[in-house]
Amino acid sequence: MLSRFTISAVFAGAAAGLLTGLLQLVFVQPVLLHAELYEGGDLVHFGAEAVSAHPELPGFDLMRDGLSVIFTMLTYTGYALILIGAMSFAEERGTPITARWGILWGIAGFVAFHLAPGFTLAPEVPGVAAADVTARQVWWFATVAAAVVALWLIAFGRSPIMILIAAVLLAAPHLIGAPEPDTFAGPVPTEIGALFAARAFGVGLAAWVMLGAFAAYFWQREGEQ
Amino acid sequence: MTTTTKTRAISTSRFVPAVFAVALGAALITLTGHVQAAALHDAAHDVRHATGFPCH
Repeated sequence: MLSRFTISAVFAGAAAGLLTGLLQLVFVQPVLLHAELYEGGDLVHFGAEAVSAHPELPGFDLMRDGLSVIFTMLTYTGYALILIGAMSFAEERGTPITARWGILWGIAGFVAFHLAPGFTLAPEVPGVAAADVTARQVWWFATVAAAVVALWLIAFGRSPIMILIAAVLLAAPHLIGAPEPDTFAGPVPTEIGALFAARAFGVGLAAWVMLGAFAAYFWQREGEQ
Repeated sequence: MTTTTKTRAISTSRFVPAVFAVALGAALITLTGHVQAAALHDAAHDVRHATGFPCH
């Protein structure tokens, strides 16, 4: 039984992670590299001269970008293990787990792991001002945990009270507030920051939809043997 | 009666690996996305930003 969990998670995570890594290199990395030109001081926003919005960016870096793809695969394998653990609980309760339903699971995963924490701690472009990283990580984990419980209650709760509790769990971390910096010091133009957050969310949604479908597919496939 | 026992047996045999899978997944996410050790941070830097983890 354990091998069914691990094998299906590794296949799903590696496949979704590889595709996501490539999507990130195409859509997110150029924005990140552009921001780093401001972070490192090569470009200066509101300096003496107007700066072109289309500077020449560093190209593909085998070491750096290769590591990124590997770490994306590892990250999504981690997510796949969690997702498949949750799917198996649901299947035990009589919910069918198929690749098509997996898309819905993937969207829920995106909401819990990307959108919920990102609603207040937006995906950060390099160079932004931010509060202490440990404090933000604690808030990140707490917000994700609350969102996971909330989405489970919405999906499987049997009374309207459950929906109410879910709404409180989803809203509470943002009403309490995330650790914020005392002052703003980000040197990166707001246009780049906004594009980065939008791209990170968009690629994240695509990643999770693929992960959900792959996870459900491999979970069933490994179960047949 | 037999059926009940059997169902419960399957549940137990699935419960432990499921919890293990979730724990392993959480550990992996912590490692790739959150541990601040310099080597890990540098290698995972772009991914952490692109995936929306608090990075530094």
